[in-house]
Amino acid sequence: MAAITPDVVAQHGLTTGEYERIVERLGREPNLTELGIISVMWSEHCSYKSSRIHLKKLPTSGDRVLVGPGENAGIIDIGGGYAAAFKIESHNHPSFIEPFQGAATGVGGILRDIFTMGARPIAVMDSLRFGMPEDPETGNRNRHIVEGVVGGIGHYGNCFGVPTVGGECVFEPCYDGNPLVNAFALGIFRKDAIFFGKASGVGNPVIYVGAKTGRDGIHGASMASSEFDEESEAKRPNVQVGDPFLEKLLLEACLEAMETGAILGIQDMGAAGLTCSTCEMGDRGGMGIEIDLQFVPQRETGMTAYEIMLSESQERMLLVAQRGRENEVFELFAKWGLDAAEIGVVTEDGLLRVKNHGEVVAEIANSLLTDDAPIYDRPATKPMRSAPLDGPLPAIYNSQQMNDSLSRLLSSPDLCSKRWIYEQYDYMVRTNTTAGPGADAAVVRVKEAGVSLAMSLDGNGRYCSLDPREGVKLAVAECCRNLAVVGADPVAATNCLNFGNPEKPQIMAQLIEAIEGIGEACRHFGTPITGGNVSLYNETLGEGIYPTPVLGIVGLLPGMEIPLGIHFRHSGRKLVLLGGLLPGSEDQLDRRFGSTQFAKVILGQTWGLPPALDMDYEKRVHDAMREIVRADLAESAHDLSDGGLAVAVAESSFGAGGIGARLRIESELPAQYVMFHEAPSRILLSLASDAEARVLEIAKRFDIEAPVIGETVAGQISISLNGEEAILHQIDGLKASWDGALDELLESR
Amino acid sequence: MKCGVVVFPGSNCDHDAYYALGHNLAQTASFVWHQSEDLSGLDAVVLPGGFSYGDHLRAGAIARFSPVMKAVKRFADGGGLVIGMCNGFQVLVESGLLPGALMRNENLRFVCRTIHLVPATLDSPFTNSCQADQALEIPIAHGEGLYFADEQTLDQLEAQNRIAFHYTDADGNRTDAANPNGSLRNIAGILNEGRNVLGMMPHPERASDPAMGSTDGLCVFQSMLNALVPAR
Repeated sequence: MAAITPDVVAQHGLTTGEYERIVERLGREPNLTELGIISVMWSEHCSYKSSRIHLKKLPTSGDRVLVGPGENAGIIDIGGGYAAAFKIESHNHPSFIEPFQGAATGVGGILRDIFTMGARPIAVMDSLRFGMPEDPETGNRNRHIVEGVVGGIGHYGNCFGVPTVGGECVFEPCYDGNPLVNAFALGIFRKDAIFFGKASGVGNPVIYVGAKTGRDGIHGASMASSEFDEESEAKRPNVQVGDPFLEKLLLEACLEAMETGAILGIQDMGAAGLTCSTCEMGDRGGMGIEIDLQFVPQRETGMTAYEIMLSESQERMLLVAQRGRENEVFELFAKWGLDAAEIGVVTEDGLLRVKNHGEVVAEIANSLLTDDAPIYDRPATKPMRSAPLDGPLPAIYNSQQMNDSLSRLLSSPDLCSKRWIYEQYDYMVRTNTTAGPGADAAVVRVKEAGVSLAMSLDGNGRYCSLDPREGVKLAVAECCRNLAVVGADPVAATNCLNFGNPEKPQIMAQLIEAIEGIGEACRHFGTPITGGNVSLYNETLGEGIYPTPVLGIVGLLPGMEIPLGIHFRHSGRKLVLLGGLLPGSEDQLDRRFGSTQFAKVILGQTWGLPPALDMDYEKRVHDAMREIVRADLAESAHDLSDGGLAVAVAESSFGAGGIGARLRIESELPAQYVMFHEAPSRILLSLASDAEARVLEIAKRFDIEAPVIGETVAGQISISLNGEEAILHQIDGLKASWDGALDELLESR
Repeated sequence: MKCGVVVFPGSNCDHDAYYALGHNLAQTASFVWHQSEDLSGLDAVVLPGGFSYGDHLRAGAIARFSPVMKAVKRFADGGGLVIGMCNGFQVLVESGLLPGALMRNENLRFVCRTIHLVPATLDSPFTNSCQADQALEIPIAHGEGLYFADEQTLDQLEAQNRIAFHYTDADGNRTDAANPNGSLRNIAGILNEGRNVLGMMPHPERASDPAMGSTDGLCVFQSMLNALVPAR
């Protein structure tokens, strides 16, 4: 076997100090197979070595939390004897190198995390970030990545049979060489049928099921833990290839096998494949696992122990069964046409022992690979920011300019309809989707439990680049607001932290600020973090991305009916701006306006600070909103976010009925602030007839503003400011450009 | 009505069909495993949507060789009602129970959307309780839904009144814009010569529950029920 030289150590992404730690803990030099095993487990992706001490600051427990971080997915109690497992995970680096397979296997991986716990996946969402599709230099490549990623997500989810019910998609130049693909999945099961990735019972068989092992994806976890350079393209073989059909079979077979009672523990083989699943299962159970690689089903001949242990071939699971009942497991997997093989046994020695044809090729304590992995308290300075604090003075716009601004915003990549994307996803399969793509929150009913689950993904890299702590609090607030709009109570959250190189103190500071911000906000809104994922080193050629923490929050909704939608339904209904015109934003408004879509799209600049958030006020708005929904006082509700009031009014007007709005607003502020500022804590309501008094009473009781700002009308959108017309559009034309913008951006070039 | 919902490896609308028939229509539904050849006691066979055998090679191409399809052929030959929705339609075409082929959508992309279709004949056990010229709101979700057949076959289908549904706009007009996948002559579903086998790309089982926003799909299953009642 090759000697371990400093070069070999460096190729494995380990520092000299880390290698010394290995030798010291092992009490000897590792061989190459052992070095490979340790290097993937100690990679940033698997060990969370840069973020671990900070992640401890997050709230993780709550009344409904059954399983918190550390397992394959978090689990919450949804009542009626049922539970939901959910998690978000990134697949950024693979999606850059091979967009279709990278994104597809991202979905495959998160689905396995859900069903490995025994839950049947019932919903997927995706949070996507791409470079600008119209950029003259990078646009071609960016469009290619969008097409591949969207195609890959659709391919995997559609074939697997899980609906992709929502998500978000944002375009910024900073994601040019580094797209973000964060996949969220949620599954349902009986509360008493939760499975864990835990080995138990000395002598019990360790069984490998699913796809055969090949040479694909070797060192995927290490790849995801380094920056990109020009040679990254050559890493394409590191990207795994997914087979959603196989995964569908694996799902059905695993769920059936779990029902037999013969399975004691189960874990999917994701990042770091066989290595990670064996040592983690052993470690969690306080046991050891001994396997012999000659029994591992292999797709290629001549694979070395090193390759087999590090392969990230997809659609594989490892399980521990009860000795004597293994045949029940084998029979079930045979019924579904899947490979299942006993590859080893549970031992009591706490070691991962790997043999190849009887000869020991690696022997490492599980603890060395898990708890004993290095943890760094990396130096942090002040968060990096490149945008100036002050921007241009507010200009005075005439009505023509305001009208143009609205249509330009509505056809900009971030704000236009995402139909081109979501129509490639089957968002209805399983017939549970009561609110799908385009809604503020996606809602799926749970037929078994008689309730519905609402879910929302949100992140705002631009806000976070200006202030990571405040930016991420705004993302948590928006998620919870989206849930409130459909009448749901937020229950728990998952997060995906996408950042640059943590070895740079300014980036590390962004990460710390964001984690602390998530902690503050999640405590405030009562949404403990039950799991998630950290993706660092999102840099290409030294250019980092915006700090982009993405939150996924799940809420609970009584009943299974279609929830309140965003579209106006009848003309002549009163419009109320719950939360008020610009709550709390008077402070430094000129600076805060620099973070808006108006600044980005219309002025082509970003500066200043994110919008101001008062979390107490925000929560009161949510509580009022839920009461209004439950008392059936509104016909539509839409939260104000990117693009502000005017964009929200337009989006609410894009329903099938062609119902628009006439607004009359009084304000001393510049017109663009009134129309396009992105202050949080606001929801646009069209009221049920005769509901005004009761809505205003509720608002008063929660001590929030709720001005009546106009009424719904047929066919057009008009907004007057201080008695003068500021915006006037026919819905048809505006809707057409909003609806077709993404097709045009992506296809007609 | 006793309905058997066939489960191929890769079927993923099997539970939806089962729920629509069993719950929304309150009929007796059961699953039939792809390796079974036993369809005894069934009034109707449902071939659900999904990706049978991963749609490897071509959608439906491998399912045609399954044991259950031999039984389905015999069942259809004996006059039993067979409905194939989405992947089920693809399987019926590949199996030769229906003419023509389903090719990749014109724009080469998967499309999931609620569309409109109008029954082209009420003279079938799948459309007898629908209303002529009334546009039904039913979802589609497929990548290979472009219905193709040679001119002669298309003419014959029309002459024999065997086109079950056309894609239309909300007002029932058969326009190009209302054709979601490039299907020839806007064909969304067809019948066999005996009129007891229907294949359609849209998903009536997804429009069978008020919580899904439309119950227009129920008329297809209701028609089957009507067709079976006098026979008893």
